[in-house]
Amino acid sequence: MTEKLIVIGAGMATGRMLEHLFDAGAEYDVTLFNAEARGNYNRIMLSPVLSGDKTYGEIVTHDDAWYAEHNVNCRFGERIAGINRAAKTVTAENGDVLPYDKLVFGTGSNPFIIPMPGHDLEGVIAYRDLEDTERMMDLGPDNKCVVIGGGLLGLEAAAGMAARGVDVTVVHIMGHLMERQLDEAAGYLLRRALIDKGITVKCSANSKEILGENGKVKALLLDDGTELPCDLLVMAVGIRPNVKLAQDSGLAVGKGIHVDDQMLTSDADVLAVGECVEHDGAIFGLVAPLYDQAKVAAQTLMGAQAQFVQKELSTKLKVTGCDLFSAGDFADGEGREDIVFRDPARGVYRRLVIENNVVKGAVMYGDTADSNWFFGLIRDKTDIADMRETLIFGPAYQGGTPLDPLAVVAALPRDAEICGCNGICKGQIEDAIAAGATDLGAVRATTKASGSCGTCTGLVEQVLAVTLGDDFVIPAAASICGCTDMTHEDVRRMIKSQRLTSMPAVWQECGWKTSCGCHVCRPALNFYLLADWPLEYQDDPQSRFINERKHANIQKDGTFSVVPRMWGGITTPDELRAIADAADKYMVPTVKVTGGQRIDLLGVKSEDLPAIWADLNAAGMVSGHAYSKGLRTVKTCVGTDHCRFGTQDSTGLGIKLEKELWGSWTPHKLKLGVSGCPRNCAEATCKDIGVICVDSGFQVSIGGAAGMDLKETELLVQVATEQDAIDVIKAVTQLYRENAKYLDRIYKWMGKVGLEWIKATVESDRDALVERFELSQTIYRKDPWAEHIETKADRYRPLTNLALEAAE
Amino acid sequence: MTDWIDIASLDDVPQRGARVVKTALGCVAIFRTAEDEVFALDNACPHKAGPLAEGIVHGKSVTCPLHNWVISLDTGEAQGADDGSVATYPARVESGRILLSRAALRARVAA
Repeated sequence: MTEKLIVIGAGMATGRMLEHLFDAGAEYDVTLFNAEARGNYNRIMLSPVLSGDKTYGEIVTHDDAWYAEHNVNCRFGERIAGINRAAKTVTAENGDVLPYDKLVFGTGSNPFIIPMPGHDLEGVIAYRDLEDTERMMDLGPDNKCVVIGGGLLGLEAAAGMAARGVDVTVVHIMGHLMERQLDEAAGYLLRRALIDKGITVKCSANSKEILGENGKVKALLLDDGTELPCDLLVMAVGIRPNVKLAQDSGLAVGKGIHVDDQMLTSDADVLAVGECVEHDGAIFGLVAPLYDQAKVAAQTLMGAQAQFVQKELSTKLKVTGCDLFSAGDFADGEGREDIVFRDPARGVYRRLVIENNVVKGAVMYGDTADSNWFFGLIRDKTDIADMRETLIFGPAYQGGTPLDPLAVVAALPRDAEICGCNGICKGQIEDAIAAGATDLGAVRATTKASGSCGTCTGLVEQVLAVTLGDDFVIPAAASICGCTDMTHEDVRRMIKSQRLTSMPAVWQECGWKTSCGCHVCRPALNFYLLADWPLEYQDDPQSRFINERKHANIQKDGTFSVVPRMWGGITTPDELRAIADAADKYMVPTVKVTGGQRIDLLGVKSEDLPAIWADLNAAGMVSGHAYSKGLRTVKTCVGTDHCRFGTQDSTGLGIKLEKELWGSWTPHKLKLGVSGCPRNCAEATCKDIGVICVDSGFQVSIGGAAGMDLKETELLVQVATEQDAIDVIKAVTQLYRENAKYLDRIYKWMGKVGLEWIKATVESDRDALVERFELSQTIYRKDPWAEHIETKADRYRPLTNLALEAAE
Repeated sequence: MTDWIDIASLDDVPQRGARVVKTALGCVAIFRTAEDEVFALDNACPHKAGPLAEGIVHGKSVTCPLHNWVISLDTGEAQGADDGSVATYPARVESGRILLSRAALRARVAA
């Protein structure tokens, strides 16, 4: 008979343990209780959810289908009332009594709430689960928030909210931030970086009382009398293992639930894993040891021998885009010496703590590229006497010729960790390869290595290359340009997963070989950064092609063309007169009607651009972005206003679309068309996005082309209302902005990801996509001409005129 | 020494950017790199006379906006497979001001 296994808590450790059990084909009848009304998700990724980088759906690790496939009886949203270990039964909150053969505690931890006056006011929360995250996501630029706690969790909460425009103050009781991971100097650099992001940081600050009004939080009062007003107060001061239930059941409990090396508690039929356990005096908060525990617990449940061993831990973090690393013991002490390296301009700081010619601890800030090497020195207690002089500069300076990277990988032991996110060692990858996983995709599918953040993709490929020899050719996917070996897709993934929000960060993290890129990669990076981080990243005009830098199209003789916007192709006599006047005044040699239903003034001199724009602005016209990788035009027919066949107001919809979408940057140019009936006079079915109005609504189709390639659009969705059509178009535009390779039109992108994926994603994520599109448009939906007249007019003129000087 | 002409403040030229100086014989492009070095070149690509000042500046090179020829700011030589060169003029920065060599510009007139 199949044994019954009851698991209490659907967290990261128990989720991983169940995976191991099912992967090994263990015969258990599993019931999974969870107090949160949902299954396993990746709690570490709540920060990207908070900052808007990911959605909850993306961080779910096990979905309903997975539980169903493994016959897991899910009881989410239910707590346990009691446990009778003698009878081996668990009583659920609703009175159900369930027998077990084995019981696993995964009750995790509780956030610690300082019991100061006012801690029970509405609006005082911890940062622990999705509900907390959602509370923070509800805040906007009009809100103030105070975060108590300058540790990792508190700073991630602060940074996530600051990214949403919230006015955030961090209150930390210690003298510097993250004092457990960082020394004072690194803490200072971190503080400076946070202040640069607009976050107020108060260290050595004692909270006295939380002030409220009508039962709701109003402000935090500090010891020194300072009052910090807030709409929400987040307390992120630490966690405590959740041992209540274990204690009530009579299990041995200290700081956490006592477990032995097999993860067994004081009862041989009861195991515990995760943040709720205490092993050999230690409790655990980082994910790597939890995953180790999960593996051991699974082995124990299957009757196999396994042993949990605590490892020397290092912390490699990214807080709000700042790289941090610390390992070992870096407190000052007798007989300890420091080696310190600072480069304030680059914001780089490194400190090694040495004792008896052995590295005891390391702190790195800003540049953590060599952290693994230093960690290895600490772990292996390497004698560093011979390399002491150059030690701080890292492995590249330790004499000899630089090693071939493949040789370095070949020399790694089997237990060297390759994928930090999933705790996958080189040996596991080698085993997977021996079992038939002979390319990156297969290794990723079977071991999960490189499947999370993707930073170790290159290493995994090198393990493949070393193991398979000539049978494996590292796929030569085309890199962006000669500055890097990475593809557009890899770089986009890195920008998102590593929160790279500046071009130097991308160059650094992705190993650019040139000092500042080239004309191929810089425009692509500029687009990726502004599309993924509209608030954090500042558009760099010097990384744009001249047309986008000067908001006009360069012509072969160095003059420019000027195209004012005509919303939906509609103009007025006044506008036409202003265009005619401008053409006369600036002696425009050619005036042409374009295919996008507007008028092009060709042959304007660079120095005349601000003046002609000012004249057009004065007549109410703005830039038509005829030069941009962005929204160009929305071509329309006359629709129901005049046409006897029109079914809807196509002109009106076109104007609305253009007013919503203008100014947005996209991977390549974006042209729309709206036709009022299937006769399709606006030629909507060869546009990037086309709308055909029919009696019953609006057919939105995408992926047309009428250039070097000819393509008819394919139907994305038919919707009933104009608003639905606008929302769907915003959503698909945003999806394209977030995912496509720079300079791929929609049809090319669609060829790579497939129309079905686009359909499904637009359907499931429509609201979130629209929201992100709107967020970006708060920055970019404006007239660049007006802005340049105001701030950059002199850039369009020569520096000086030396014609007389030189002729002397 | 009057051999140097004060053209403008360094801040008038954006980093990784360029501005032009008009002369009787066409424009000279003044480039400023990310490291704040300045270079002066004829503002005409050897290929089809594209305005180099409108190009993207990277390292010590500029890419012509018309057909992506890459020109070395140091030597004026076209890089890679392309063949050609443009004239360069001595330029330097002193106390935040960009200075151009008067003699070199005069020689250009005479040539």
